[in-house]
This record gives sequence, C-alpha cells and structure tokens, in this order.
Amino acid sequence: MFGIIASIIDGVLVGSVYGLAAMGLTLIWGVMDVVNLTHGSMIVAGMFGLYFLSAALGLNPYVALPPIVVGGFFVGLALYWISVHRMIGRPPLMSLLSTFSVNLVLVGLGTAAWGTGLFNVDVSLPGLSLGRYTFPGTHILAAVLTAIIAALLYVFLYRTRPGKAIRAVSGNRVAAELVGIPTTRVLSMAFGLGVALASVSGGLIAILFPFTLLSGDAYQLKSFVVTVLGGLGNPTGALLGGIALGLVEGLVTPFMPVSWTLVIEFALFVVVLIVRPGGVFTFRRD
Amino acid sequence: MRGFFAIAAATAALALTVPAFADDDTITIGMTVSTTGALNVDSLGQQRGFEMWRDEVNAAGGIKAGGKQYKVKLITYDDQSQGARVQQLYTRLIVQDKSQFLFGPYSSGLVATAAVISEQYGKLMLVTGGAEPKTYELGNKYLFQAITQADGYLSNAVDALHAADPQAKVALVYSDDPFSKAVIAATKDQAKEAGLAIVLDESYAPTTTDFGPVINKVISAGADALMGGGHYSDGATLARQLYDQKAHLKWESLLVAPGDDKFATLGPAAQGVTTGSQWEIQVSYKPQFGPTAEQFSKAYEAKYQAPPDYHAASGYGGGMLLQHAIEQAGSIDQDKVADALNAMDVQTFFGRYKIATDPGHHGLQTAHQMVLAQWQMKDGKLGRQVVWPTAVQSAALIFPMQ
Amino acid sequence: MLRRPFFWIIALIIAVFALAPVATGDVELRESLLLAAIYIILASNLNLMLGYAGYVNFGSIVFFGLGGYICVYLLGAPGWPLVAAAVAGGIAVSLLALVFGLGILRLRGAYFALATVGVNAAVQAFVANFTPWGGSSGLYLSSALFAPLGGPMKALWTIYFLIVAIMGLSLYLSYAIKSSKFGLGLLAIGQNEDAAAVLGVPTPLYKALAYSASAFLPAVAGGLYFFKGAFIQPADAFDLTFSLEAIVIVMLGGQGTIIGPAIGAYLYEELRGWLLTSDTFANFQLVAAGALLLVMVQFLPSGLMGWVYARWPRVRHVLE
Repeated sequence: MFGIIASIIDGVLVGSVYGLAAMGLTLIWGVMDVVNLTHGSMIVAGMFGLYFLSAALGLNPYVALPPIVVGGFFVGLALYWISVHRMIGRPPLMSLLSTFSVNLVLVGLGTAAWGTGLFNVDVSLPGLSLGRYTFPGTHILAAVLTAIIAALLYVFLYRTRPGKAIRAVSGNRVAAELVGIPTTRVLSMAFGLGVALASVSGGLIAILFPFTLLSGDAYQLKSFVVTVLGGLGNPTGALLGGIALGLVEGLVTPFMPVSWTLVIEFALFVVVLIVRPGGVFTFRRD
Repeated sequence: MRGFFAIAAATAALALTVPAFADDDTITIGMTVSTTGALNVDSLGQQRGFEMWRDEVNAAGGIKAGGKQYKVKLITYDDQSQGARVQQLYTRLIVQDKSQFLFGPYSSGLVATAAVISEQYGKLMLVTGGAEPKTYELGNKYLFQAITQADGYLSNAVDALHAADPQAKVALVYSDDPFSKAVIAATKDQAKEAGLAIVLDESYAPTTTDFGPVINKVISAGADALMGGGHYSDGATLARQLYDQKAHLKWESLLVAPGDDKFATLGPAAQGVTTGSQWEIQVSYKPQFGPTAEQFSKAYEAKYQAPPDYHAASGYGGGMLLQHAIEQAGSIDQDKVADALNAMDVQTFFGRYKIATDPGHHGLQTAHQMVLAQWQMKDGKLGRQVVWPTAVQSAALIFPMQ
Repeated sequence: MLRRPFFWIIALIIAVFALAPVATGDVELRESLLLAAIYIILASNLNLMLGYAGYVNFGSIVFFGLGGYICVYLLGAPGWPLVAAAVAGGIAVSLLALVFGLGILRLRGAYFALATVGVNAAVQAFVANFTPWGGSSGLYLSSALFAPLGGPMKALWTIYFLIVAIMGLSLYLSYAIKSSKFGLGLLAIGQNEDAAAVLGVPTPLYKALAYSASAFLPAVAGGLYFFKGAFIQPADAFDLTFSLEAIVIVMLGGQGTIIGPAIGAYLYEELRGWLLTSDTFANFQLVAAGALLLVMVQFLPSGLMGWVYARWPRVRHVLE
C-alpha cells in the first residue's frame, strides 16, 4: 500500500517538471499558433547549459538556473528571427517545417560537438525517507522550483504590461495591433519566454536525471501529451497536465509492467484529444 | 521530365565515380560504426580496436598469405545507430567498395540487419558487437562470432551471488531491447537452477531516464539483489538512481555500462556494482599468438590516452582472428578463410575462440569465457577488479555491495 | 486520362526506375533508388491527406510499420506467400485506418496532427509489449524464405520491381484522385472545410476515405521492405523520423502536386545518402539537411514545383 502512495507522490513531483517543460511549448503555440519543433533541442540546450556552467565554472547547479533562463530567452529571440518571423500568418505547417529544420541543424551541430554520450550533473540532496522509500531531495526541490516559476509566470502574464500585451496578441493579433501594441516585438518576446521556460526545465531535469543529446525527443513528446491535457495556450493547464501525467504514471506502475506505461499514456492522450480536445484542465470562460 | 534528367544525371555521376579497385596487395574490410546516434559511446571502443589492429598489421608489412603480403584497408561508414542505414551501407561496402571481408556493427540489433546483407551476398562477416544468439540460428554460412553470446553475460554473476548468499531475492530489471532480453531470459533460467528466488521481472523502454517507479517496485518486492540494465545510458542512470533512492541492495549486476570507464564518474553510486565483461585488463590468458593483455593495454593507452575496455579488446582481437585465419588458409579466398575460421580453436589475449559449425547454430561462439568485474575502491581511486571466476580474480568480491 | 501527357510522364519515371539499375547492372544504384522509391511512396500517399485535404499526418509511418509487421508475421509461422501477405497487410491496415480515422478526423489542424503522433506512439508501445510479434526484440525471418523467389540475389531484384510498381501505383492513385470528384471534394476541404461542408461535400466520409486510402500502399510497401531486411522491430518500424521526413519531402517538392513529392523524395534521399558517405560532410549530414530545408521553407514555401509553376505557368498543364 505504501508502495503505491510513494509511487504517486514521486510521480507528482516529477510530473510537475514535465508540466514546466510543456509550459513553454503551449505558450508559444497559444500565442502565435506555431508548433515549435525545436522545443526538444531547447530542453537539451538547457541541460547542456547547466552541465557546462556547473562542471566548467564550478557553479552550484541551482545557482546556474537563472543564467539559463536568461540565456534561453535570448536564444529564443534569435530563433524567432531566424525561423519563425516570416512564418507568422502562414499555415501552421510552415512554422512546423521551419522549426523542424532548425532542430536538425542544432542536433547535428550538437552531435558533432559533444557526441551522443551520457552527461551527468552530480547533485546530492538529503531526501525525505518514509519507511523503506526515499524521495530524493532533488525531486522535492524541483517541484518547489517549478511551482515558483509557474507562479512568477502567472504574475508576469496577468499583472505586468508586457505580459498583458502577450495575452492580447494571442487573443487577437489584429486588434492588438490596432490599439498600438508592437506585435512583432511582443511575439518575439513570447517566443523567447517559451524557450526560456523550455531551457530552465531542461536545467532542472538535468539535475534529476542524466541526459544525452538525444534526450530531447522523449521530453518533447511528453510535452505534447501534457499540452493537450492542459489545453493549448494555457500555461496553468500545462502545469496541471504535467502533474496529472505524473500521477497517471505513478498510479499505473505498481500494478503493471513498467513498459506498459507508455501505452497507457498515449492511449489516454488520443482519448483526451477525441473526447475533450480543449484540454482537461481548461476553465473556459467563453 | 525533371525526374528523368535527375535520375540520368545521378546515374552518370555514379558511373563516373571510380569504384575502389581491390588492389592486388590490399585486403579491403568493410564495417559500419555508430559515430552518431544512441550507440556512439559503445561503438567507439570497438572501432578503435579494429583501427589499432590495422595500423599494427600494416606497420609490420601486412598479412602474409600464399606467398604475398596484403595491406589492410578498413572502410567505415556511420550507420547512425539505425538498422535501415546499416543495410544500405553494407550493400554499398560490398557492391561499390568491393570489400572482401566484413566486420559487424555494434549491437545485436544492428548485427542482425547487417547479417541479412552479408548472407545475401555471401560475404564473410566477423562479429564482435552482437551477442544475441538468434541471429546465428536462422541458417548462415559466413557469420563468425568472436565474443561470448548473451547466455554468458550474467552466468558468473549468478554463480558468485549464489556462493555469497544462496537465499538472495533477485529483481530482474532490464532494458527492452533484443540483447538485454536475451541475456535476462538466460539469466532467469540460470538463477532458478541455482535456487535463487526471483521476486521481480520487469523490462523498461530503452530510452527511460526516470527509474523512480521501477525502483519503488524493487523496494516493494523486498529484493536484495538486482540484475539487468541494458546499454551504457540506461545502465548508468539506473545505477545512479538506485543509489539516490537508497534501495539498499546487497548486489547489483548491470550489463555493459559498468564495463565502460566513464562509469567511474558516478562516484559512490558505482561502488560495488558488478558487470559481466568479455575481457578486463587484469585478465591473463596466455596467447598463442599476438600480444599479451598487458602489451595490448600499454599500446592502446599510448595510442588513445585512455585504457582499453572490452569493446576495444574485442575489436583488436577480432582483427587478429581474421588475420590468423587468412594466414592459416594461405589465401584470401572467401571459402578457404571461412573453412579456417570454422576449424580454428585458438587462444589470444582476448580469450579462446571456437565456433559452432552445425547449420542450426553456425557461427555461435562456444569457447570464449566472460569474467565478472566489480567496481572497487583501491588506493582512493575507483577501478574495476576481476572478482569471478575465483581462479582468475584480481581482487576478492565485496559482498554486500556497501 | 491516357491522352494527358502527365500520364505518360509517370510511366516514364517508372520505366527509368525499373530500367536504370538493370541497364547499368549497378546494385548500389538499385539500393539507392529503392530507398528513393520508398520515400516517394510514403510522400505521395501522405500528400493525399496533407496536400489535398490539408490535414497534417505526423504519424503516417504507423501504416508502413504495421503493414510490415502483419506481412512479416504472416510470412513466418502461418507461412503465407509473399504477395498475399503484403496485400493482406495493406487491407488490414486500411481497415484499421478507417476505424481510427473516424475517431480522430473529427479533430482539426494541430489537434489532428498531435493525435496522429499519439496513435503512432501508442501502436509502437503496444507492439513492443506484444509477445506474439516478438515484443521489443522484433521478428526475424529465416533466409530460407528467399528460396521460393529463387534465392536472395534474385529475390532482391523481384522486391525492387514490386516496390517500383507500388511507387507507380501511388503516383497514379494521386493522379486519379486529383482528377476525380472525390479529389475535388478533398481539395475543397483543404481550402475551407466548413464552406465545403455547406456546399454539400460529405466531409467526414471523404476525409475517412482519404485517410484509409493513404494507408493502403504504404502498408503493402512496408511489408515488402521489411521482408527484404528479414528483420522488423518496433523502434525501426514506427520511427517517427520517417514520417517527419515524408512531410519535409512533400513540402520540398510542392504539396498538392503529384510530381512534387516524387521529386522531393528523390532529391532528399540522394542528398542524405551523399552526405552520409562524403568524407567532408559525414559528420554534418543533419546540419546540411536542416540548413537546406530552412532555406527552402523560408524562401520557397510552395516547394520546388510552386517555384516552377510561378516561373513557367504553362508547365502546370503538363507536370501536375
């Protein structure tokens, strides 16, 4: 019995980080109707960023997170101008291809530079032990940090001017432009923000689990699942969706072979898409 | 129209590309390596072993056969760790590059796909990177395995664990890939025969990075020993998380990962972990020809600034075996060399070589033995020691792990 | 249709594919063209959903993989002959696609695209757990199965010609649909689905038919392809990269055209193959492919054919 509870708790802790990873994806998608296929690479970029900052410069991994956020933001800006700007307003397939091609380039350069071996950020925090089960301190701190970041994001989007501008543009770009909002600047900022979120989640994941250059794919797929659960364009929903996914994983694994988790996840994904495509965690006001 | 011209142009271009002529005094050997993709760390050792062998053979004048001396030319392509590419590239190696012999790629899955091509074209392939036995059970004529097959990977672990604690409760947690599944299927039988209790049998997707759920299951099952893993990435991660989650196991045997020197970066999580190894530096087989283990290690370290692992040793050893077969056959004729390889029963620094020759199992390695290596602290540094069989051990087994 | 020049252009393409390797005796060319033909099959059939109806199928590889599995399985224990097994795979997958399609085709745009990813991932995860199909280890075929075809060497040629035939069928299928009322309906859906529905196009039926039709030939091709390799495992059979490459190819050549996917597939495969074996670029294949694609998408969004049509409008009547 305890095993199941332990499984669920750990699932929720890790799931929150999945949610954080998905927040960037859903934000970009919701604001500019762009499917960002470099999302996986940006998560990996955050992982590598954290690795190098902590290994090369000897920084404490948690101290290295803020620079990752900032770095991710600027990389996002650059990506916007390189691959997305001209795709705004075009069919979504175009931005898809554009970001996909940039992804190929990034993965190729990364492979040439660092190979596909395993990288590990060594962090040990005292964990919480309940009986025979231990919750690693890193998991707990990751969930706490995720909550903080999510709260900050909420404050940004709903209480600050730039944040409101982003929401305005995502609601109706033409109208936003009519009231004088510099839409292009806002879009680029939103993209930068989305990538920053992806990068910092990558940094957090790197603290939790070892990674390779190819880890991005799996997290990108999970991000898609979470995005759908939470509803496109809804960052809070993404967080909740991530936790829900973690919960599902935690509930399923004690009862069946771990290898069935993926089947359940994707089946759930397809079912949710068909039954409630607006997301399970959207609280629609319209 | 465009299509036609494009094809015509391509055809012309290909026809003009001069195919590599098999020089009278050169033997061309083809193989693919996983320079990119998930297997690139594991594949590198094997590649280096082959290349070092080639360099030394050529420096010594080449392979002597039938009164002539042949230099070795090794052609490699990147298979990106993907089966589709493997088949296309091996076809190219055979048809365009006119390779006379082939070395297999790294990993059982890729070897299986390469073997289809080598058998279709009737080309000899020496395998040092594929342990799964199924590949050799489909009826082949030109496959030759130089490493111990999957059954042998954890048999030493079972014996050693049984000797240390016959009442041990074993959890089998392993990657869902052809190699690992083949190993664990055999290990399960071996464990049951030895009278060990199996309390968990779970496979995980090879790309898994979060082992939390499965580790909780291990703890719930009350296991004191764990055997499994897969290749480097997942094995290393599993080891680390077992440590973080304080699974308090007395015994941990993981496939492949602990055999790589990078495993030391796990620090305390690596201590006490055992692995089945095809070869270790401390191993002391008396070679009938070629260098001793020590000579090989020194030369390898001088060339690559890193100690060799068993992949590198298998590559170098494989090259030596092919060379010996060619020299014994006195010719580079496909069938004569195959006959030599079929008949050979020799010992090199890498271990013994003798293969099964019946049609149902042709090519399966029957004589090579594996050892059990354990990561131990010695003089403040983590390193691998050979702990089983006791006859060849370099240090005593540490049990329980920590 | 026989009077339209494009019909004969397709025939010419098929002829070149079939004859070039035979004329030169170059086996490596055959292998290279085989892969190009596979890409053309995947891309052309994808085009039915993507180019005509405007629905992005990210997970189109699931048809190829499932068809492969069914065919390989039937060839093994039950011992069916090759063509029967491959066609059975095609029919089974089309029916499954019809059933699945009716469910997920209610979704629009990005949601549909995501659903196709989910379907592919779910099928892959399921097959990896399905022991009668070898689970994650996959299925192996004994080389004895090549005997009825005259041994491995002859079998490889037979398989090649069969795949070229399927490629031809794919191109003709695209052409036939485009020239039909069904195709007109699909194109209308692609332009504006609601308007099409209002104007009387039976959208749910047409979409489901297109989805199912786009599954048949890739499934048959998958059966032949994995028979050739004598080995199938989930990681290879359901590799999402293939689907993504197919999308890239359709866009590169020009979506909605028939010759576009064919040209795009051929060029893309040649490019990647060359990059793979070139000494200078061997480590940079992903970079070069990605960079090229980026440039294409930014500056030539209607693909190659779009550019050609813009430059030489008369070509549109000849090369569709």
